[in-house]
Amino acid sequence: MQEHLVFRFEVNGEDFTSAGQASVQVKKNLRQIGIDPETIRRVSIAMYEGEINMVIHAGGGIAEVGVYDEYIEIVLDDHGPGISDIDKAMQEGYSTASDNIRSLGFGAGMGLPNMKKNTDSLEIFSTVGVGTKIVMRVNYK
Amino acid sequence: MTVEQLIKAADLKPIALPHPERELDGAYIGDLLSWVMGRARENNAWITIMSNSNIIAVATLADVSCIILAEGVSPDGGVTETAMARGVNLLSSDKSAYEIAREISKLGL
Repeated sequence: MQEHLVFRFEVNGEDFTSAGQASVQVKKNLRQIGIDPETIRRVSIAMYEGEINMVIHAGGGIAEVGVYDEYIEIVLDDHGPGISDIDKAMQEGYSTASDNIRSLGFGAGMGLPNMKKNTDSLEIFSTVGVGTKIVMRVNYK
Repeated sequence: MTVEQLIKAADLKPIALPHPERELDGAYIGDLLSWVMGRARENNAWITIMSNSNIIAVATLADVSCIILAEGVSPDGGVTETAMARGVNLLSSDKSAYEIAREISKLGL
Protein backbone atom coordinates (compact mmCIF):
# COMPACT_ATOMS: atom_id res chain seq x y z
CA MET A 1 0.00 0.00 0.00
CA GLN A 2 1.20 3.47 -0.87
CA GLU A 3 1.81 6.01 1.86
CA HIS A 4 -0.18 9.20 1.54
CA LEU A 5 0.47 12.57 3.04
CA VAL A 6 -2.08 13.64 5.65
CA PHE A 7 -2.08 16.97 7.47
CA ARG A 8 -3.99 17.02 10.76
CA PHE A 9 -5.10 20.11 12.66
CA GLU A 10 -6.96 20.81 15.84
CA VAL A 11 -9.29 23.70 15.19
CA ASN A 12 -9.58 25.82 18.31
CA GLY A 13 -13.19 26.75 18.97
CA GLU A 14 -12.41 29.29 21.65
CA ASP A 15 -10.38 31.73 19.66
CA PHE A 16 -12.28 33.40 16.88
CA THR A 17 -9.44 35.72 16.01
CA SER A 18 -7.17 32.86 14.96
CA ALA A 19 -9.83 31.05 12.92
CA GLY A 20 -8.50 30.16 9.50
CA GLN A 21 -5.01 29.24 10.69
CA ALA A 22 -5.35 25.60 9.66
CA SER A 23 -6.49 26.61 6.17
CA VAL A 24 -3.62 29.04 5.78
CA GLN A 25 -1.17 26.31 6.86
CA VAL A 26 -2.71 23.81 4.42
CA LYS A 27 -2.36 26.29 1.61
CA LYS A 28 1.31 26.74 2.45
CA ASN A 29 1.90 22.99 2.66
CA LEU A 30 0.16 22.26 -0.64
CA ARG A 31 2.20 24.96 -2.33
CA GLN A 32 5.40 23.46 -1.00
CA ILE A 33 4.62 20.04 -2.46
CA GLY A 34 3.79 21.56 -5.84
CA ILE A 35 0.00 21.15 -6.11
CA ASP A 36 -1.50 23.25 -8.94
CA PRO A 37 -2.74 26.73 -7.89
CA GLU A 38 -6.38 26.23 -8.92
CA THR A 39 -6.67 23.07 -6.81
CA ILE A 40 -5.00 24.84 -3.88
CA ARG A 41 -7.46 27.72 -4.20
CA ARG A 42 -10.48 25.41 -4.18
CA VAL A 43 -9.15 23.36 -1.25
CA SER A 44 -8.34 26.54 0.71
CA ILE A 45 -11.80 28.06 0.22
CA ALA A 46 -13.66 24.85 1.07
CA MET A 47 -11.50 24.20 4.09
CA TYR A 48 -11.72 27.77 5.38
CA GLU A 49 -15.51 27.68 5.22
CA GLY A 50 -15.51 24.38 7.07
CA GLU A 51 -13.05 25.62 9.65
CA ILE A 52 -15.11 28.76 10.28
CA ASN A 53 -18.25 26.63 10.62
CA MET A 54 -16.56 24.48 13.24
CA VAL A 55 -15.55 27.59 15.19
CA ILE A 56 -18.93 29.34 14.89
CA HIS A 57 -21.20 26.36 15.48
CA ALA A 58 -19.31 23.48 17.04
CA GLY A 59 -16.68 24.86 19.41
CA GLY A 60 -13.87 23.56 17.24
CA GLY A 61 -12.94 20.13 15.97
CA ILE A 62 -10.43 18.17 13.94
CA ALA A 63 -9.49 18.87 10.33
CA GLU A 64 -7.55 16.40 8.20
CA VAL A 65 -6.31 17.01 4.71
CA GLY A 66 -5.08 14.01 2.74
CA VAL A 67 -3.11 14.22 -0.49
CA TYR A 68 -3.96 11.28 -2.76
CA ASP A 69 -3.06 10.36 -6.32
CA GLU A 70 -6.28 11.62 -7.88
CA TYR A 71 -7.62 14.14 -5.40
CA ILE A 72 -7.23 16.00 -2.14
CA GLU A 73 -9.59 14.95 0.63
CA ILE A 74 -10.65 17.23 3.48
CA VAL A 75 -12.29 15.62 6.51
CA LEU A 76 -13.80 17.87 9.17
CA ASP A 77 -14.99 16.26 12.37
CA ASP A 78 -16.69 17.98 15.27
CA HIS A 79 -18.73 17.22 18.37
CA GLY A 80 -21.00 20.21 17.97
CA PRO A 81 -24.80 20.37 17.98
CA GLY A 82 -25.21 18.74 14.56
CA ILE A 83 -27.23 20.02 11.61
CA SER A 84 -30.96 19.34 11.95
CA ASP A 85 -31.93 20.19 8.37
CA ILE A 86 -29.08 19.64 5.93
CA ASP A 87 -31.12 20.67 2.85
CA LYS A 88 -31.87 23.99 4.46
CA ALA A 89 -28.27 24.47 5.56
CA MET A 90 -27.18 23.95 1.94
CA GLN A 91 -29.34 26.85 0.74
CA GLU A 92 -27.50 30.06 -0.04
CA GLY A 93 -28.40 32.74 2.46
CA TYR A 94 -29.67 30.41 5.19
CA SER A 95 -27.72 30.79 8.42
CA THR A 96 -28.22 30.17 12.14
CA ALA A 97 -25.25 32.36 13.11
CA SER A 98 -25.74 34.98 15.81
CA ASP A 99 -25.73 38.75 15.23
CA ASN A 100 -22.37 38.90 16.93
CA ILE A 101 -20.91 36.50 14.37
CA ARG A 102 -22.57 38.40 11.55
CA SER A 103 -21.01 41.65 12.67
CA LEU A 104 -17.61 40.04 12.07
CA GLY A 105 -18.50 39.44 8.42
CA PHE A 106 -19.63 35.82 8.74
CA GLY A 107 -23.05 34.21 8.81
CA ALA A 108 -24.02 35.12 5.26
CA GLY A 109 -25.29 31.60 4.68
CA MET A 110 -22.59 31.01 2.07
CA GLY A 111 -20.40 28.52 3.93
CA LEU A 112 -21.80 25.17 2.85
CA PRO A 113 -22.74 26.43 -0.65
CA ASN A 114 -19.16 27.67 -1.09
CA MET A 115 -17.87 24.29 0.06
CA LYS A 116 -20.05 22.52 -2.48
CA LYS A 117 -19.10 24.92 -5.25
CA ASN A 118 -15.39 24.46 -4.71
CA THR A 119 -15.27 20.69 -4.36
CA ASP A 120 -16.02 17.73 -6.62
CA SER A 121 -17.80 15.84 -3.87
CA LEU A 122 -19.23 16.81 -0.51
CA GLU A 123 -20.74 14.41 2.01
CA ILE A 124 -22.28 15.48 5.29
CA PHE A 125 -22.84 13.04 8.14
CA SER A 126 -24.58 14.76 11.01
CA THR A 127 -26.47 13.68 14.09
CA VAL A 128 -28.20 16.26 16.23
CA GLY A 129 -26.58 16.38 19.66
CA VAL A 130 -23.64 14.23 18.57
CA GLY A 131 -21.72 16.10 15.90
CA THR A 132 -20.97 16.55 12.25
CA LYS A 133 -18.48 14.98 9.90
CA ILE A 134 -17.88 16.45 6.48
CA VAL A 135 -15.87 14.74 3.76
CA MET A 136 -14.90 16.79 0.70
CA ARG A 137 -12.82 15.88 -2.30
CA VAL A 138 -11.17 18.14 -4.82
CA ASN A 139 -9.86 16.47 -7.97
CA TYR A 140 -6.66 17.83 -9.44
CA LYS A 141 -7.13 20.17 -12.33
CA MET B 1 1.01 48.07 -11.27
CA THR B 2 2.50 47.34 -7.86
CA VAL B 3 0.94 47.98 -4.47
CA GLU B 4 3.63 50.58 -3.78
CA GLN B 5 2.71 52.46 -6.97
CA LEU B 6 -0.98 52.24 -6.08
CA ILE B 7 -0.35 53.79 -2.66
CA LYS B 8 1.25 56.84 -4.28
CA ALA B 9 -1.15 57.13 -7.19
CA ALA B 10 -4.35 56.73 -5.14
CA ASP B 11 -3.10 58.49 -2.00
CA LEU B 12 -3.52 55.48 0.30
CA LYS B 13 -1.99 55.07 3.73
CA PRO B 14 0.13 51.96 4.30
CA ILE B 15 -0.55 50.29 7.67
CA ALA B 16 1.47 47.13 7.03
CA LEU B 17 3.50 46.77 3.87
CA PRO B 18 5.46 43.51 3.88
CA HIS B 19 5.27 43.13 0.08
CA PRO B 20 5.20 46.55 -1.65
CA GLU B 21 6.34 44.88 -4.88
CA ARG B 22 3.16 42.80 -5.28
CA GLU B 23 1.33 43.28 -8.55
CA LEU B 24 -2.36 44.07 -8.70
CA ASP B 25 -4.70 43.85 -11.64
CA GLY B 26 -8.09 45.00 -10.35
CA ALA B 27 -10.23 45.35 -7.27
CA TYR B 28 -13.00 43.61 -5.35
CA ILE B 29 -15.32 45.30 -2.87
CA GLY B 30 -17.07 43.33 -0.14
CA ASP B 31 -17.58 42.86 3.58
CA LEU B 32 -19.10 39.38 3.75
CA LEU B 33 -16.06 37.17 4.10
CA SER B 34 -17.52 34.13 2.32
CA TRP B 35 -18.34 36.24 -0.71
CA VAL B 36 -14.87 37.69 -0.76
CA MET B 37 -13.31 34.23 -0.37
CA GLY B 38 -15.33 32.86 -3.26
CA ARG B 39 -15.24 35.82 -5.61
CA ALA B 40 -12.21 38.04 -5.15
CA ARG B 41 -9.53 37.09 -7.64
CA GLU B 42 -5.86 36.56 -7.09
CA ASN B 43 -3.97 39.89 -7.27
CA ASN B 44 -7.07 42.00 -6.68
CA ALA B 45 -7.01 44.88 -4.23
CA TRP B 46 -9.74 44.04 -1.68
CA ILE B 47 -11.65 47.08 -0.45
CA THR B 48 -13.62 46.57 2.78
CA ILE B 49 -14.79 48.16 6.03
CA MET B 50 -14.21 44.93 7.98
CA SER B 51 -11.34 45.41 10.40
CA ASN B 52 -11.12 42.23 12.51
CA SER B 53 -8.27 39.76 12.26
CA ASN B 54 -10.23 37.33 10.08
CA ILE B 55 -9.60 39.62 7.09
CA ILE B 56 -5.95 38.57 7.15
CA ALA B 57 -6.81 34.88 6.76
CA VAL B 58 -9.27 35.68 3.97
CA ALA B 59 -6.70 37.85 2.17
CA THR B 60 -4.11 35.08 2.45
CA LEU B 61 -6.46 32.39 1.15
CA ALA B 62 -7.93 34.49 -1.66
CA ASP B 63 -4.40 35.66 -2.53
CA VAL B 64 -5.35 39.31 -2.96
CA SER B 65 -2.45 41.71 -3.36
CA CYS B 66 -3.63 44.06 -0.62
CA ILE B 67 -6.50 44.95 1.72
CA ILE B 68 -7.70 48.55 1.60
CA LEU B 69 -9.73 49.63 4.64
CA ALA B 70 -12.21 52.25 3.43
CA GLU B 71 -13.98 55.13 5.19
CA GLY B 72 -11.07 55.74 7.57
CA VAL B 73 -11.62 52.42 9.38
CA SER B 74 -8.70 51.40 11.62
CA PRO B 75 -7.68 47.77 12.06
CA ASP B 76 -8.63 46.09 15.34
CA GLY B 77 -5.90 45.43 17.90
CA GLY B 78 -3.24 42.98 16.73
CA VAL B 79 -4.38 42.98 13.09
CA THR B 80 -1.43 45.06 11.87
CA GLU B 81 1.04 42.65 13.51
CA THR B 82 -0.78 39.65 12.02
CA ALA B 83 -0.69 41.27 8.58
CA MET B 84 3.08 41.74 8.86
CA ALA B 85 3.59 38.19 10.12
CA ARG B 86 1.49 36.67 7.34
CA GLY B 87 2.87 38.89 4.60
CA VAL B 88 -0.41 40.68 3.85
CA ASN B 89 -0.33 44.30 2.63
CA LEU B 90 -2.80 46.37 4.65
CA LEU B 91 -3.66 49.92 3.54
CA SER B 92 -6.26 52.47 4.50
CA SER B 93 -8.07 55.48 3.10
CA ASP B 94 -10.58 58.03 4.34
CA LYS B 95 -12.47 57.69 1.07
CA SER B 96 -15.49 55.44 0.51
CA ALA B 97 -15.15 52.08 -1.23
CA TYR B 98 -16.71 53.61 -4.33
CA GLU B 99 -14.26 56.51 -4.40
CA ILE B 100 -11.28 54.20 -3.90
CA ALA B 101 -12.50 51.96 -6.72
CA ARG B 102 -12.82 55.03 -8.94
CA GLU B 103 -9.21 55.97 -8.21
CA ILE B 104 -8.07 52.47 -9.11
CA SER B 105 -10.17 52.55 -12.25
CA LYS B 106 -8.60 55.87 -13.27
CA LEU B 107 -5.21 54.15 -13.17
CA GLY B 108 -6.35 51.92 -15.98
CA LEU B 109 -7.05 48.76 -13.98
